Amino acid sequence: MRWGRKNTGGSQTRPYRILLLIPLIFLALFFFYPLLTIFGISLAPEGQLNLSAFATVVMSDYYRETLWFTVVQAVLSTVLTLVLALPGAYVFARYDFPGKSLLSSLSTLAFVLPTVVVAAAFSALIGPRGVVNDALTAIFRLESPPIQLERTLVIILIVHVFYNYSVALRIIGGFWATQSLRMEEVARVLGASGWRLWWHIRLPILRPAILAAAVLVFIFTFTSFGVILILGGPRFATLEVEIYRQATSLFNLPVAAALSLVQIILMFALMLIYTRLQRQTATELQGWVARRPRNRREWGFVIANVIVMAILLFAPLLALVIRSLTGHDGLTTQFYQLLSSNPRGSVLFVPPVQAIGNSLIFAIVTTVMAVLLGTMAAYLLAQRQSRLSRWLDPVFMLPLATSAVTLGFGYIIALDEPPLNLRASPLLIPIAHTLVAMPFVVRSVLPALRAIAPGIQESASVLGASGWQIWRLIDLPLISRGLIVGATFAFTVSMGEFGASSFIARPDTPTMPLVIYRLLGQPGATNYGQAMAMSVLLMAVCAVSFVLIERLRSAGIGEF
Amino acid sequence: MSIYTTPTAIQRGGFYLGSSPWDVHILGGEDMLRRMAILAILLLMIAPVLAQDNVLTLVTHDSFNVSEDVLAQFQDETGITVQILRSGDAGTMLNQSILSKENPLGDVMFGVDNTFLSRALDNDLFVPYESPLLENVPDEFKLDPENRVTPIDFGDVCLNYDVSYFEENSLALPESLEELTDPTYKSLLVVENPATSSPGLAFLLATIQSFGTEGDTTYLNYWADLVDNDVLVVDDWSTAYYAEFSGSSGSEGTRPLVVSYASSPPVEVYFMEAPPESAPTGSIVADDMCFRQIEFAGVLANAQNPEAAQKFIDFMLDVPFQEDVPLQMFVYPVNTEAAIPEIFTEYSAIPEKSVTVDPAKIDANREEWIQAWTETVLR
Amino acid sequence: MLTVQGVTRAFDGKPVLRSVDLEVERGEIMCLLGPSGCGKTTLLRIIAGLEQADSGNVLVDGQSILNTPVHQRGFGFMFQDFALFPHMDVEKNVAFGLKMRGESQVQERINEVLELVGMAGFERRDVTRLSGGERQRVALARSLAPNPCLLMLDEPLGSLDATLRERLALDLRAIIKRVNLTAIYVTHDQEEAFAIADRIAVMNAGVIEQIGAPETIYSRPRSVFVARFFGLNNIVPVVRRYAGQVETALGTFTVNDAANTILLHPLGIQLADGDTPDAILGQITERTFLGDAYRLEMRHHTGIKLTFRISARDSQIPVVGDSAAVMIAPEMIIPLADEGVGN
Repeated sequence: MRWGRKNTGGSQTRPYRILLLIPLIFLALFFFYPLLTIFGISLAPEGQLNLSAFATVVMSDYYRETLWFTVVQAVLSTVLTLVLALPGAYVFARYDFPGKSLLSSLSTLAFVLPTVVVAAAFSALIGPRGVVNDALTAIFRLESPPIQLERTLVIILIVHVFYNYSVALRIIGGFWATQSLRMEEVARVLGASGWRLWWHIRLPILRPAILAAAVLVFIFTFTSFGVILILGGPRFATLEVEIYRQATSLFNLPVAAALSLVQIILMFALMLIYTRLQRQTATELQGWVARRPRNRREWGFVIANVIVMAILLFAPLLALVIRSLTGHDGLTTQFYQLLSSNPRGSVLFVPPVQAIGNSLIFAIVTTVMAVLLGTMAAYLLAQRQSRLSRWLDPVFMLPLATSAVTLGFGYIIALDEPPLNLRASPLLIPIAHTLVAMPFVVRSVLPALRAIAPGIQESASVLGASGWQIWRLIDLPLISRGLIVGATFAFTVSMGEFGASSFIARPDTPTMPLVIYRLLGQPGATNYGQAMAMSVLLMAVCAVSFVLIERLRSAGIGEF
Repeated sequence: MSIYTTPTAIQRGGFYLGSSPWDVHILGGEDMLRRMAILAILLLMIAPVLAQDNVLTLVTHDSFNVSEDVLAQFQDETGITVQILRSGDAGTMLNQSILSKENPLGDVMFGVDNTFLSRALDNDLFVPYESPLLENVPDEFKLDPENRVTPIDFGDVCLNYDVSYFEENSLALPESLEELTDPTYKSLLVVENPATSSPGLAFLLATIQSFGTEGDTTYLNYWADLVDNDVLVVDDWSTAYYAEFSGSSGSEGTRPLVVSYASSPPVEVYFMEAPPESAPTGSIVADDMCFRQIEFAGVLANAQNPEAAQKFIDFMLDVPFQEDVPLQMFVYPVNTEAAIPEIFTEYSAIPEKSVTVDPAKIDANREEWIQAWTETVLR
Repeated sequence: MLTVQGVTRAFDGKPVLRSVDLEVERGEIMCLLGPSGCGKTTLLRIIAGLEQADSGNVLVDGQSILNTPVHQRGFGFMFQDFALFPHMDVEKNVAFGLKMRGESQVQERINEVLELVGMAGFERRDVTRLSGGERQRVALARSLAPNPCLLMLDEPLGSLDATLRERLALDLRAIIKRVNLTAIYVTHDQEEAFAIADRIAVMNAGVIEQIGAPETIYSRPRSVFVARFFGLNNIVPVVRRYAGQVETALGTFTVNDAANTILLHPLGIQLADGDTPDAILGQITERTFLGDAYRLEMRHHTGIKLTFRISARDSQIPVVGDSAAVMIAPEMIIPLADEGVGN
């Protein structure tokens, strides 16, 4: 009956309800409190609210242009990502082929790489002296390299697609895999085929998932920072770049705060839309199982998409591997060996093993915290009784829309008193990473949670399972798929995070991205080579971890 | 009564779970979680270990470095444990410290340079300390008469050039900033954005000092000429040096002139895969072409351990640290007693006449200058 | 065995159950029958412990179970959508309750119940790939496996198609009877209720209107609601009352009650000659062939319509438009309590 659902779980789960408040407390303590403190200091320096910074921001043509560019590049990036990822999602949802799960985890690798490294990878691939240009120049006997994309909008878009392809692939492909084939079969019988099948049947069915992916990619590209700064060059600036510039270089905190607020408000509106859309995508599983491609045409389609992924996602990574193994006199492994030497006897030298260890520990702690908090948050949001949860849902995503500088400054002034004096604590890194990683866990667990029919938990309860047993034996296996995706993203976010880490990392516990940046901050071939080598190690560590996380699921929590 | 599930049955149920192959996996997963939780708790326990007695916390930026044995010497002699906090680049570090000055992150700060000096002093970040070792430091480095900050090192932001490019094309090196607008050097120069890069700002300041901000021709006219001569602007030093500059080893860049440091060529040699026959890059240290950056240290106001902070400043001015500076941070020592490594004297030189700008003037005009520059060069 | 005493429940101030009393005997199949929204599922869920009652008591063998958590009540519950665990195969679904209760002879019992429901050989099948009927059997096997003292079924055939439903209802009854279980069965379908129940409790708007054996309830409905719910629409208002007699538009009938409405039960209506004394005259307005019978609708000149059946073997079946006369068997004239008892 309609009413019955409200009390799902019955009385025995009540003691656990209090747990659900923990993520809110976490968010309040480590997000809202620091953020509001820094906003307070910036906008009301002497306790007197001064909104003139807003007037500056609103009236200025410069900021309006910045906002305009931010929106335009985000829209273009989103459209491009979707167009490329859609056929890929179809292939992943529909067909089973060798190496599919590996491919899907590896596609997430792009997500982990620091922008500097990605920039180097793309320059090794399509830069003026990159592999592609060299080949084209040689084949067609050209005077100058035919592909010249440095500091153009085009390269920004390409790299945005590179970063976000896997996000769109996972959201759309995941949703698609749960949709029944029947509609499509009916349409075929009625004579639809080719583009008409896509236009009239597939796209409308996928609408909620496509929109959800679009909003998410839009949010990521809207707040793009490193890509714009390094690949776009100084001619391009997003709001995020401008906030950084105002806060660090010019120390214009009021304007930085005003811009941050503008960004947060815009993003919150989008997240509200996104979370509503995700509600619609939470349909119960139909149990549609992917199958092997049957004929030459289907194989062709699969292979074509794998090739697109290979070119887009793996060619730059491969170029990076090659670059890390190429010295002045050809192939060499010396950059890898050099990583563990400390010729200058520096006190702050960190052997690569230790950097890998630091990164792994931070990433594991982050993953555990994000998975625990994110799952609790998802449970909180899945209790769909109140209007409140509708507003709460996007709130959990807000850390994604907040620039690291703003929050970093907030930490410095807000978390300075015991027991919260965490400014110099190594815990601050996993906390900061968890803030950014938690939304990914929430987003991947929530649909799985909503898809559990309420009767399932109730029947377990009637059959004699206590609240804890229900969670372990029923909920956990059913959300394990979402948990794994969330954990993978959380792990990845932590491994690749640079912005927050650079503010709060203690020099004796640097992470791999920090080591990469440090190496790239010094002249000399060996520094550059070591940076490439460390980047390859970063990818390798992540790739191995993906496989392990995936195994945890198949061998551990789930029977799915 | 047919409600048969008694507590004993539940206990048996629990026991049963362990012995069923169906549930062993689940326990395995739980075990994993438990192990992770323990790890997290262990991490929590690391923090208090650092709260030892005589600890000095050094707040610095991410380019700070020191040799292990040099620092160990200080710790051994004084019994002070040094904890280093690196918080982003120089600007970020300074801003964080200003925000937290009532309850500072540490005791002593190193890394404020002359472009940020006024901001630090105006915000009363430091308390005065006059180190006895200052007598070995030339007066030109002592920018604060009250000694709230102590100069530690200096470096010059100069143009670097690709030696082989200039040789192969029989091109003469530019000897003044004006010459850079000459068509000879068209499309050869890459510079950093002063809004986001410290050497970029230094180079802008050098042009401002040389061409002025008032009158018919200002630095903006000069920059407009540079733009006509196809100067390339990128956002940060790494991109300029590694991606665009053709002289850095293994680079795919195409520009043989880059704004970098006078010390970059020796460092480039130092980090080559094999010792070269001749240096691949050089720096142009002609008069008025370089901007001098001086880095300072200071005792933070409200420090917990000001005595240790003063000792640390003495230590930084003393010869062992000063001689360690070139190869750790690629800058020059301010103490005249300190010897400079051979590789620095061989592959580089200290400019005889660098550009300097009054720190107060920099701080007052930074935003306006950068904004005007942005309008001229980037729009 | 099970006693429900004055159970009341409201959602957001809207009463759903109004002081319901119910007694279920051991070994009996009790059916809660009523339209959707009448409170039957809520009552079932309160007995199971999935909902809380606002007031009242639920007792098993004289002891209150209100403070016993759901998972310790030892009941079986079959959900409308079966709620099979999608991540387990058939055998693990069935084994779940046994394991939760720490039973030791798991495998034996699984085989036993799967045999019972006719699903032996399906142990390793993925539950998401079973047909509707198969799922229903697995769900039944799952709730039977731990030998519950009381089995509750919430519209267990609701999601199946009609032809399957009738057969499965009979199967269900046979299985429940074979293991001699006490069961409470919730449905809105009277045929299903007739097929399965020993006794039926008809619910309306949060109260039980009538409890009794299927035959009794059908032939002697107590209220207008119950009558209409079973499709007994020959309801005639009483105009005037005499001692032991009531006057209606269709004539005067002898009824031992002072009701405001009476039901002329179709079972008591048969065709008669036009000149029979006390015959009610009218015109046939509808004739429906049902296979073994015809359902006829006759319109009285006052507009009141009577429906009734006659056997298809009768030689003279009137057609639409014919004049007709009917006789009412006196024992099939049933006084009804007023409509809307619960309102």
